Amino acid sequence: MSKDIAQAPSHLDELEAESIHIFREVAASFRRPVMLYSIGKDSSVLLHLLRKAFHPAKPPFPLLHVDTTWKFREMIAFRDRVAADGDVEVLVHINQDGVRQGISPLTHGATVHTDIMKTQGLKQALDKYQFDAAIGGARRDEEKSRAKERVFSFRNAQHRWDPKHQRPEFWHTYNTQIRKGESVRVFPLSNWTEMDVWQYIRREAIPVVPLYFAKPRPVVARDGALIMVDDERFTLREGEQVETRMVRFRTLGCYPLTGAVESGAATLDEIIQEMADSRSSERQGRVIDHDPTASMERKKQEGYF
Amino acid sequence: MGAANANRTGQGLLRFITCGSVDDGKSTLLGRLLYDAGMVPEDQLAALRRDSQRLHADAGDALDFALLTDGLDAEREQGITIDVAYRYFHTARRHFIVADCPGHEQYTRNMATGASNAELAVVLVDARKGLLPQTRRHSYICSLLGIRQVVLAVNKMDLVGCDERVYREIADAYRTLARTLGIAKVDCLPVIAPGGDNVGTRSARLSWYQGPTLLELLEAADATPARAADFRMPVQWVNRPDQGFRGYAGTICGGRVAKGDEVVVQPGVQRACIERIVTADGDLQDAGEGQAVTLCLDRELDASRGDVIADALRPAPVADQFACHVVWLGDNALLPNRTYWLKIGARTVNARVMSIKHKVDVNTQAKLAARHLELNEVGSCTIGLDEAIAFEPYATNRTLGGFILIDRQSNATVACGMLDFALTRSANVHWQHVDVDKSVRGAGMGQRPLCLWFTGLSGAGKSTIANLVEKRLHTLGHHTYLLDGDNVRHGINKDLGFTPEDRVENIRRIGEVAHLMVDAGLIVLVSAISPYRSERRSVRELFDEGEFVEVFVDTPLAECEQRDPKGLYRKARAGEIRNFTGIDAPYEAPEAPEVHLHTAGDRAERLAEQLTEQLLERFVAPADDGDSVA
Ligand SMILES: Nc1nc2c(ncn2[C@@H]2O[C@H](COP(=O)(O)OP(=O)(O)O)[C@@H](O)[C@H]2O)c(=O)[nH]1
Repeated sequence: MSKDIAQAPSHLDELEAESIHIFREVAASFRRPVMLYSIGKDSSVLLHLLRKAFHPAKPPFPLLHVDTTWKFREMIAFRDRVAADGDVEVLVHINQDGVRQGISPLTHGATVHTDIMKTQGLKQALDKYQFDAAIGGARRDEEKSRAKERVFSFRNAQHRWDPKHQRPEFWHTYNTQIRKGESVRVFPLSNWTEMDVWQYIRREAIPVVPLYFAKPRPVVARDGALIMVDDERFTLREGEQVETRMVRFRTLGCYPLTGAVESGAATLDEIIQEMADSRSSERQGRVIDHDPTASMERKKQEGYF
Repeated sequence: MGAANANRTGQGLLRFITCGSVDDGKSTLLGRLLYDAGMVPEDQLAALRRDSQRLHADAGDALDFALLTDGLDAEREQGITIDVAYRYFHTARRHFIVADCPGHEQYTRNMATGASNAELAVVLVDARKGLLPQTRRHSYICSLLGIRQVVLAVNKMDLVGCDERVYREIADAYRTLARTLGIAKVDCLPVIAPGGDNVGTRSARLSWYQGPTLLELLEAADATPARAADFRMPVQWVNRPDQGFRGYAGTICGGRVAKGDEVVVQPGVQRACIERIVTADGDLQDAGEGQAVTLCLDRELDASRGDVIADALRPAPVADQFACHVVWLGDNALLPNRTYWLKIGARTVNARVMSIKHKVDVNTQAKLAARHLELNEVGSCTIGLDEAIAFEPYATNRTLGGFILIDRQSNATVACGMLDFALTRSANVHWQHVDVDKSVRGAGMGQRPLCLWFTGLSGAGKSTIANLVEKRLHTLGHHTYLLDGDNVRHGINKDLGFTPEDRVENIRRIGEVAHLMVDAGLIVLVSAISPYRSERRSVRELFDEGEFVEVFVDTPLAECEQRDPKGLYRKARAGEIRNFTGIDAPYEAPEAPEVHLHTAGDRAERLAEQLTEQLLERFVAPADDGDSVA
């Protein structure tokens, strides 16, 4: 027995059951669902729950990765291993318009890059495959403005989120009715915290990208964040130098936009311990959130998760 | 052994809701609770220190804990709906999910949302003000949504000199109130939110209070109060990867089930035994409420999404008419007799509120007469479904007793409701089978029965055209009947006026009469304004495929007003008639009528001629099955 049941707090069972219920509701209610797969820890948990919800059948819908072309190389390798497992189809979409324009977070900045490669890319993919339900890994504890997000979040035919017309949700009885062209975003991990995610990963022995574990890595201190030099596209500014530091990541995204934290936590137990002691919140590492022109509400209205 | 089978020790998750009026100190208390539970990370604490000093320069180093949870002012400015916000925290002993409802106008809706998943409510009162009408309202909504435990926190005790007598009076008054609302368990305590007194730690200022702190009460609260223990599971999804496996996936919403147990698939009566309880972590011997499992039965039977698998010895009651309570959330009022979708468990059926017995004043619980329910109103109603369902009273099972209503035009969630009990009359009236049916009767008359439904503004030409069409059909030897909306109002509908709720009922009755006549084999022509899409759709659904032909008599309002054959537009413009369609009542044009007649610039005779040709060709006498009928 590899799982550490003695340590498993029973609230994880409740969260797991609630998420499985949501997955099944999506499968039963929508024509063409998809699970958005961002390769991070939340996506790893989502994938695990997706498999559990439909066991012994294979997952009844595919995964979609919107590749901004600036993800960490280790993330892409991890994604490709998941695809090789064979039980679930992994679709990859890249916004080719953005590639042609040469959009880069280094030259265009976080906001433009994220909008074109991520938000627009996602819309393109949803339109291309005609998905009517897109499952994502967002949690309400991530950020104040998410605290009131619905589990089933309605989007109009232009993928826009209308904060004034959100459907109230009662019990676990979700309103899944939509018209042609409209869609929903579904968040099965709504009620999970970052700590729940890590404890569940430990309990269930779920594989995650190694970047979450501390290791000596080449980093540059830039704008108050530690940015990892992941490939040759990263060019140094004057006065900057690459140093090797013991770091890990709390969230994963595009490497030039994702700050590392100095840490010695190299195992799941150490990560959980570090979090229990830690005194800073998860999104600190996200460069994109510090961009003052890009409030989360606005990004959400525009179709970003 | 798999995780799902792990021993459920410990306290489990507690979901609770916080209620208070503006400025009672709810945000401060919640912020303090998070802080005392050690949930405020250093970067947030630094921000809090900064913001507190900026906003309250005179308050020294005191922290304003309300800033931790507020965050909603910004949204208010942006015009974003303020509703339920969820927060998460844990102590060494337990995990918590708090539903925080800061709305004011939308308070009923928001509280009902938050309370629907909560087992406990923390009700806050300001010691200086004591119980307010809002306290009563909050407690009523909690009890309506099934919360049976309340913690009453009497806040701002410092502002009443930490006087025990003040606290006692408020606590006693609240216990009395709670009893009248059916709230079984009440714990009271005095607190001072900013200082954290009796929040996470005991208070020296309030040393006369010897009981547990707020955190201790929450840690000890019962998260799964005893409910009816009979096994129930709504089928969410039929899992059929291949011929060899067929499992019914769902979340158990009552009782326990074990391998070998006999179960019944409801609302039907087919029985089977549990062969396997499948999870991804391996099969289980037994499983209980809250677990998401997949059940395999020992024989093939016909179960699908929305059915309920229940203990065969103690099955759930089955009915199609109920007494219930409804919280209305729609921008448009609830109209009795309009058809909505009702979703309960995994099942979605058509439903109509048959009558509003009374509405309930949420502040006083007084019963008031009502013909419709507006946004945020609560009503005691009877509701009828077009299919029977397995259910439980809400008080014993939230999943099988709680439902939402969905508007069939807008898809909006327009109500949440709680089933109280089944009306026995539904169970005793059965559908009588008859041998001579519609097709036999129709064949006897040499025609296919049909309903031609003319809709359009007053004066659009519905009656004129319908009349001409009937004459033509009659000449051709068809058996017809023309139901004119105006004429019907002299008889079967003479008790109805022109309010929205009466218009709904008017069309429902005309639809039912037309349906009977079609059943009798006739070609029925209905001429009625029938302004609402929703009701036209309900009427359509009474008929079989191809039997209902919606004819939109499309005449611009200006043209109708100019014709004004009965002088009604003139009166409506003069304010002598109210609720006149097109003037001060809406007309919702058909989106996809079978026939769309533009009348402007054409004579009624010609239109009727063309229409009759079309009808004969497309609907009345299709060539191929005409042979078999005759
Ligand atoms: N003296 C005193 N002031 C309090 C107490 N609790 C809250 N307050 C103050 O009452 C005001 C309203 O508090 P807030 O938490 O924003 O109320 P809310 O509208 O219920 O969320 C603020 O100025 C708080 O600092 C208390 O126990 N004692």
